Amino acid sequence: MPQFDPTFFAPQLFWLLLTFVTLYVLMTMVALPKIGAVLDERQRKIDDNLDKAAQLKAEAEAAVAAYERALSESRAHAHSVIKEASDRLAQEADERNKALAARLAEQIKAGEVRIAQAKDKAVANVRDVAVDVAGSVFARLVGSAADAARLETAVAAALKEHGK
Amino acid sequence: MANPIEQFKIQPLVPLKVGALDISFTNSAAMMVLSVCLITLFLTLSVRSRALVPGRWQSMAEIFYEFIAGMLRDNVGAEGRKYFPFIFSLFMFVLFGNLLGMMPIPVIGFTYTSHVIVTFAMAAFVFVGVTIIGFARHGTHYLRMFFPEGAPIATAIILIPIELISYFSRPFSLAVRLFANMTVGHIILKVMGGFVVSLGAFYLVPGVVPFAFLSAVTVLEFGIALLQAYVFTILSCIYLHDAIHMH
Repeated sequence: MPQFDPTFFAPQLFWLLLTFVTLYVLMTMVALPKIGAVLDERQRKIDDNLDKAAQLKAEAEAAVAAYERALSESRAHAHSVIKEASDRLAQEADERNKALAARLAEQIKAGEVRIAQAKDKAVANVRDVAVDVAGSVFARLVGSAADAARLETAVAAALKEHGK
Repeated sequence: MANPIEQFKIQPLVPLKVGALDISFTNSAAMMVLSVCLITLFLTLSVRSRALVPGRWQSMAEIFYEFIAGMLRDNVGAEGRKYFPFIFSLFMFVLFGNLLGMMPIPVIGFTYTSHVIVTFAMAAFVFVGVTIIGFARHGTHYLRMFFPEGAPIATAIILIPIELISYFSRPFSLAVRLFANMTVGHIILKVMGGFVVSLGAFYLVPGVVPFAFLSAVTVLEFGIALLQAYVFTILSCIYLHDAIHMH
């Protein structure tokens, strides 16, 4: 095999040394720093952008928090306004109800008084009618006019007996 | 049919001599120079635009860079950082030697990684370098490599020879693995290619069978070219790890 022919060991080793050292120098001086710089720059840019994104996120969160606070404040304010208004309305309604109830009670009382008067009058009328009727009946049956005082007493007793 | 061994023959293109030393510019040397040129052009031209979002070529250059940087970081750690240019050069040199060997390049077409003297020189350099780093970092304590701490003293008689053999066989295994893989792969390709020609010259159909096989083996050989460059590099990283951190 040509691989084991020592004739060409020396030139191969010489050129291997020369080319490999050249490659090493070229890699160290030129190629690797270039690629490394590109990668570093990308990393830096990514980090920058991430920082910026984090900052923007924090700002957005602060804005959201402020909005939430404003919202909850206005909600609380609205709530207190509604509560005040409803309290006031309830109080007014209550007062009006009371006044109405008082007036109605008064009217009912007046009505009752009037009814009682009418009733008394009617009862008195009933008595007179009863005395008249009783006197007429007595005169027809007995043939003579009855004693007015006794007749009244008897009618009063009869009415009393019937609970009037 | 050409002899399958002929492809490994070295042809001097420009005979040169310095004193008694033969430093002829051969097809092997030409391929090494071509590798260095292509690697350098590839890695510098691809990142020329310094694009934030890389294109295809820049992506490839970045993948190689990050692949080797990651390999070194995982296997050696932060101390391996200063050996990055060397490991990277080693990987690219072996990889391009393997891949360019697969290309049908006229006149200089040759696989320098299929020559044991080349692979052995690289392996020996790694071995000697790693040993020097080990002694420089740990002094005589580096000899503990051959007899680990905590092992019973009675086992020394077996352990030390085993560890010595395993340590000193490293450059040979490293060199022979790459050389043998490349040589055998190229012999198979050549033999199959010969079958395609000799059978296909008479009958079309029988030539198709070795051609299909040849195609499959070619794909496999490209895989092996990548894999062997990777193996050579990662083993160098592991040896470097041993030198820096001991076991």
